[in-house]
Amino acid sequence: MDPSLPHRRRGLTAINGAMALVVVLVITQVWLLSATLDSFLAGRRSAALPGAIFSGLLFLGCGALYLFILRIERQARKEEREKP
Amino acid sequence: MKPPCKECDPLWREEFSVRKAGEAYVARCQFTKFLTLTSLGMFVGNLWILAKSFVSRQVSYPEQAIANLGEIPVGGVKVFQYPNPGEQCLLIRTGADEYAAYSQKCTHLSCAVYYSAENNRIECPCHEGYFSIRDGSVLQGPPTRPLPRVVLTRRNGQLIALGMDAEPES
Ligand code: FES
Repeated sequence: MDPSLPHRRRGLTAINGAMALVVVLVITQVWLLSATLDSFLAGRRSAALPGAIFSGLLFLGCGALYLFILRIERQARKEEREKP
Repeated sequence: MKPPCKECDPLWREEFSVRKAGEAYVARCQFTKFLTLTSLGMFVGNLWILAKSFVSRQVSYPEQAIANLGEIPVGGVKVFQYPNPGEQCLLIRTGADEYAAYSQKCTHLSCAVYYSAENNRIECPCHEGYFSIRDGSVLQGPPTRPLPRVVLTRRNGQLIALGMDAEPES
């Protein structure tokens, strides 16, 4: 990240990056859910367990990114409040 | 006007807790929260499929005599109900000593399928979905899943249905 950017801009860039990643993870999860459901309906029950595990991992990833964004946002608001 | 208080926030700050400059942060944060909840919803969906797959593994099908051997001619079809009343299936005599049985419900949008003797395949009249007579797999059309197959055995000159198999034989 360019250190010459003002702090606010850098925070926003980090949030945008994390948000884009969350979007990618959610799209992957949509695909995973539809693929697992399709194979379950086709009688291939073996796909259900790996599907649930990967979906859980993707959810954890989303949760971690959300916490990251929350932290940056709190920090920004704190700085905002401390401004004279 | 009161001087700014170090310990307490002024009223306006309580009511407008976000400065305009901080709006971009809050909007993104709430959107990410929404996405994370969507992700949780999909995870729950996957867990539901997992639970269903464990439950349906324990489903037991009844044994049911569906026809006498030689009752239908070669290329002939008999409709029977299995495993529950109202669930129509087709028994097809594909050769002198060969039988196949499938659910009659198309896996696309549940139309009733029929056996086409001249093409030797199972056809769905609704959207021209075709299924293989050999294993019920999709030959053409919008269905993506094979026709559920009825597992058959022979006993005392009769054809007995033992269960349903949704996966095509490999
Ligand atoms: S319902 Fe059978 S192909 Fe659409």
